[in-house]
Amino acid sequence: MELNVLMYLVPAIVMFGCGVYGFLTRKNMIAIMISLELMLNAVDINFVVFNRYLFPGQMEGMMFTLFAIAIAAAETALALAIIINVYRAVRNVDISEISKLKF
Amino acid sequence: MPFSYSIAVVALPLLMFLVLGLLDDRLGRRTAGVIGTVAMLVTTVLAYGVALTYFFGTGQGQIVDGIRQTVTVWNPAWLTFTEDLVVRMGIALDPIAAMMLVVITTVSLMVHLYSLGYMSNHEGEPEKGYQRYYAFLGLFTFSMLGLVVATNIFQVFIFFEMVGVSSYLLIGFYYTSPAAVHASKKAFIVTRLADLFFLLGILILSFYTGTFDFESLVGTGGAAARVAQGSAHGGTFMGISIMAWALTFIFIGGAGKSAMYPLHIWLPDAMEGPTPVSALIHAATMVVAGVYLVAKLFPLYVLEQGAMDVIAVVGAFTAFYAAAIACTQSDIKRALAFSTISQIAFMMTSLAVSSSDVALAVSPSDALIEIHGGRGLGYMASMFHLFTHAMFKALLFLCAGAIIHAVGSNENSAMHGLHKHMPITSIAFLIGCLAIAGIPPFAGFWSKDEILVACYAKGLGWGLWMTMVAGLTAFYMFRLYLLIFFWSDHKQHGHHAPADAHWTMTVPLIILAAISVVAGFVPAHDMVTWDGKPLHTQLDWTVAGSSVLVACLGIGLAWRLYYKENDAPERMKAAASGLWTAAYHRFYMDELYQFITHKVIFQCVSKPIAWFDRKVIDGTMNLMGTVTQYCAAMVRPLQSGKVQAYVLTYLIGALVLAAALIACVLI
Amino acid sequence: MTIFNNILIYFVIIPLLTLGGLALCTNAGRGIRAIRAVAVTGATALVALAAYLVYYFVTERAAGVQDAMLLRSDVMWYEPFNIKLALGVDGVSVVMIALSAIIVFAGVFASWKMNPLPKQFFLWFFLLSTGVFGFFISIDLFTMFMFYEVALIPMYLLIGVWGSGNKTYSAMKLTLMLMGGSALLMLGIIGIYFHSAPEGSPLTMNILEIAEANAIPHSWQMYLFPLTFVGFGVLGAMFPFHTWSPDGHASAPTAVSMLHAGVLMKLGGYGCFRIAICLMPFAANELAWIFLLLTGISVVYGAFSACVQTDLKYINAYSSVSHCGMVLFAILMFNTTAMTGAVLQMLSHGLMTALFFALIGMIYGRTHTRDIQKMGGLMQIMPYLGVGYVIAGMASLGLPGLSGFVAEMTIFVGSFMHEDTFRRVLTIAGTSSIVITAVYILRVVGKLLFGPVVDEHHRQLTDATWEEKLSTATLIVCVAAIGCFPNFFVDIISGSFEPVVKALSAAAM
Repeated sequence: MELNVLMYLVPAIVMFGCGVYGFLTRKNMIAIMISLELMLNAVDINFVVFNRYLFPGQMEGMMFTLFAIAIAAAETALALAIIINVYRAVRNVDISEISKLKF
Repeated sequence: MPFSYSIAVVALPLLMFLVLGLLDDRLGRRTAGVIGTVAMLVTTVLAYGVALTYFFGTGQGQIVDGIRQTVTVWNPAWLTFTEDLVVRMGIALDPIAAMMLVVITTVSLMVHLYSLGYMSNHEGEPEKGYQRYYAFLGLFTFSMLGLVVATNIFQVFIFFEMVGVSSYLLIGFYYTSPAAVHASKKAFIVTRLADLFFLLGILILSFYTGTFDFESLVGTGGAAARVAQGSAHGGTFMGISIMAWALTFIFIGGAGKSAMYPLHIWLPDAMEGPTPVSALIHAATMVVAGVYLVAKLFPLYVLEQGAMDVIAVVGAFTAFYAAAIACTQSDIKRALAFSTISQIAFMMTSLAVSSSDVALAVSPSDALIEIHGGRGLGYMASMFHLFTHAMFKALLFLCAGAIIHAVGSNENSAMHGLHKHMPITSIAFLIGCLAIAGIPPFAGFWSKDEILVACYAKGLGWGLWMTMVAGLTAFYMFRLYLLIFFWSDHKQHGHHAPADAHWTMTVPLIILAAISVVAGFVPAHDMVTWDGKPLHTQLDWTVAGSSVLVACLGIGLAWRLYYKENDAPERMKAAASGLWTAAYHRFYMDELYQFITHKVIFQCVSKPIAWFDRKVIDGTMNLMGTVTQYCAAMVRPLQSGKVQAYVLTYLIGALVLAAALIACVLI
Repeated sequence: MTIFNNILIYFVIIPLLTLGGLALCTNAGRGIRAIRAVAVTGATALVALAAYLVYYFVTERAAGVQDAMLLRSDVMWYEPFNIKLALGVDGVSVVMIALSAIIVFAGVFASWKMNPLPKQFFLWFFLLSTGVFGFFISIDLFTMFMFYEVALIPMYLLIGVWGSGNKTYSAMKLTLMLMGGSALLMLGIIGIYFHSAPEGSPLTMNILEIAEANAIPHSWQMYLFPLTFVGFGVLGAMFPFHTWSPDGHASAPTAVSMLHAGVLMKLGGYGCFRIAICLMPFAANELAWIFLLLTGISVVYGAFSACVQTDLKYINAYSSVSHCGMVLFAILMFNTTAMTGAVLQMLSHGLMTALFFALIGMIYGRTHTRDIQKMGGLMQIMPYLGVGYVIAGMASLGLPGLSGFVAEMTIFVGSFMHEDTFRRVLTIAGTSSIVITAVYILRVVGKLLFGPVVDEHHRQLTDATWEEKLSTATLIVCVAAIGCFPNFFVDIISGSFEPVVKALSAAAM
């Protein structure tokens, strides 16, 4: 069976939707971060697929994906550090409880 | 330059003010008094030198062709408004200025000397602020001298303000007493109100005539030209020529200082000041500044009959009004204060009636005018009375001071029967009373007689009215005299019997009494006339006789009522209780002023304005702030702090934008 | 560089150097001595420089130098917009600079015992004075506006940090209202800039060139004049934009009140004259009546409001509204005499109000109240301050021999030269303020200084210290100098009005 571009894109969009849904509804900050990763990875898949089907023989999309993964790793580390610090301060990782940054 | 030393007459008191004022407590009390008095003595000697040279000397330009000239000694520019309107600070000598120099320095010297004793203690304590007192006296003397030698009307205004302030400071000398503070405030504000009109008068006059200088305003031939110029330029306002407005306004300024009705209310209260101050400022010198002002501008006034009529009516009314009140006062200083108001009104009236024979050109055949040398008699009489009155009123006040010093009260009920205890004061006071009552040969007789003649020349009614007031004067003065020195011999006067005061206080009394006896023989008609030409006068026996008669009637009545303790005054009081009470309360003028200032100005103007400012104007500004904050509060909840809410908002926004974009592309 | 040969630039450099010096000091321990030494040195240098400037100006004029502005120099600052640092002074600016220097000097001594953070206080204080001097020496719209803002902003901190009472509110209110004025002003300045030169010529910010070209279209003048006049009028406490003044002054620390009422409010009058009227004579003539009415109201309204206040600083703030109203009122009379009077009034009011605020601050520092109901008989307790207060009061109500009289009389005589009924009526209403002024001044003097002592605790208080005496005596001497020798000042000032008055009467044709 010839692989269609849709076969890559549909899982990616489902993944992205899950990420968005998770990001908006989860209360646990770790879970929110996992949702964020889902969205990122969905985008990465899109990059790779479009690169493969639209511009075969070029590598920009692949490069961007690698770049995004690296950034995502750094960002995750930073986010975890923040979460740990927040947890230390308020003994909680429930995001609805942490709304001090306003006004 | 002739008379160049006259600058010292003005400068020396100013120097004294600065020296005594700046050194203050660093000088001993006694030293300050002595320095002040000696400086004043020097000033007096110099002023006499100036005046005597001016009147009797020759060859210094003071008399040309038999006419006394104005000698301008010194006239540097002080403040330049425009090329024409320049305020100068100068010294100009004319007959009345020279006369005033004598009056001011004489009385001031007497008061300086008298105060050495009078001010040495206050209610048993050594007086605080003795140095300050002498400094203020210096300031006052300087201001008053500066006023009389003024070369231009603006200089007069400047020194009007200065004497006002000196008066304020001296009335409020006992500044710990609320009554004194209140009186000083009242004096200043009432005269300030009058000065406002004076200023407006100056503005109008100077705008339409283009000058401040007396020389060009009233100098030879100047007056008519200026009035014509002003009237032509300014036209009329409300049917009255602009010059008449200006002159009336200027008169109101003078009326404030000279305590003419209805601006007189400050003067009786001003008696809260030390008595020597009352003698100097509120009897002899400052209060005649208004008369002096009108006299200075006399050549202009005679050309504006309307303004003159206002002065005459105000003067004649005030003379009677104040005399009537003086009959009922029990505080001896207030009685004297009302007497002062009445006498100054005499001077004003006299000035005002004298226009009738000048401007209206009464036919030369008019017998009375002919006999008395005609024109400007009233002017001469007024200035003459100013001179004599200064002497005997200062005398009366200083006597009152000595009495108050001895018995420690201003009320005549605390006195009675003092003639045995204080013989010198008693005699001096009697001389003062005789002088003011117009009994020959004392000073007041001569001057008052001329005033009455001038009034008769204006009209029989004027003459009779003023003669009646003269009779009233004799009555209230002797009422005062008899109540103080006679009435009852058995009065208990506190712990120690009152006695004549220290020599520093009695010597001025004796000197002033002597002057009051002889001052009437000064040949004023040769010296102080409006046009500088000698005036030929002679005694009019009808007028003189009738006025003496009326005066004697007044004295007789007073003698009958007040010589010995009896109940006649009480019965009279009861018979006319309404009138008496009204007069005792000064016809409620003070209450009226109180009402206007407190109820109308403070409650109905200032308070609402302050409220308006805080609530409406400031309220609007605060409202703008509040509205801004309110709007901010409305949009603030968007920033909820909940990250997921932000994301949702972002997502919706992004979707809406995307949808819009797609819609645009498709359509 | 050539600009450093111009002494005017040192009026900005000296305060900046003083700032630098202060930055090196510390608050701790004996650091206060160093702070005082630096501040006094800076202030004294400014006074000396100002004295030299006056001397220089008088001798130049006496030597017959007729230029409108002396000590001119230009340095290009931003080529594309033709913005220059343009310096120059005429008689009006010279006396204003002298006034500022004296008040800065007196202000330093009045805040001798400033606590807390004296270093920071003086830093902001000298930054403020940098702005003030910069404003007076500049003749370029942009630099004027810049220095104006430099003078304005420190006020917020000075009141907010070192103030008293409801200081946050007052500081905010004052700053916001004045910034509102600046906003209008900036619009006006940009508008002027874009019409500053006739078609084809390069645009300029230099006010001399703008006035020379007189190229602003009449229709534009009608918009720009109100913008600039109101913009500066807010600072000059013009009715109805004056309400920052009572609150601001009441909360400000002594020296700041002095500098603010004494100098900063004069920026308003000076700006109205220098920018609004000089540059837009047509609109000035057309619209004068509106502003005459407003300033006429200020004069009487301020005086009446002052009559019923009980806080010393409020009384003085409202009195300032009245007196500063007189300044703008006289400027709008458009003749040399009245305008000279306006500048004299600025001088007089500056010195006198500074004196008032200094004395009020000193009294407040002792009694810890400014309510006149709670004080009385202070003359017995602190005679020096009492006498100073009476002198300030007398200057305020126009006693001859002190500055107020000279200024007011010049204004009245000048204003009376207009024969139309409108101006006459306003002038007469204005003159009536001399009576109302007497009422409120004497009321305060009577209640505060005379009469019996109200609060027995006040008997322990002491009289002025040496630095307080120095501060007030400086101001008193200046007030008396203007009052006694007015012609010296009139000669300096009045020459500056010839071109403006000519332009105004030409525009009125």
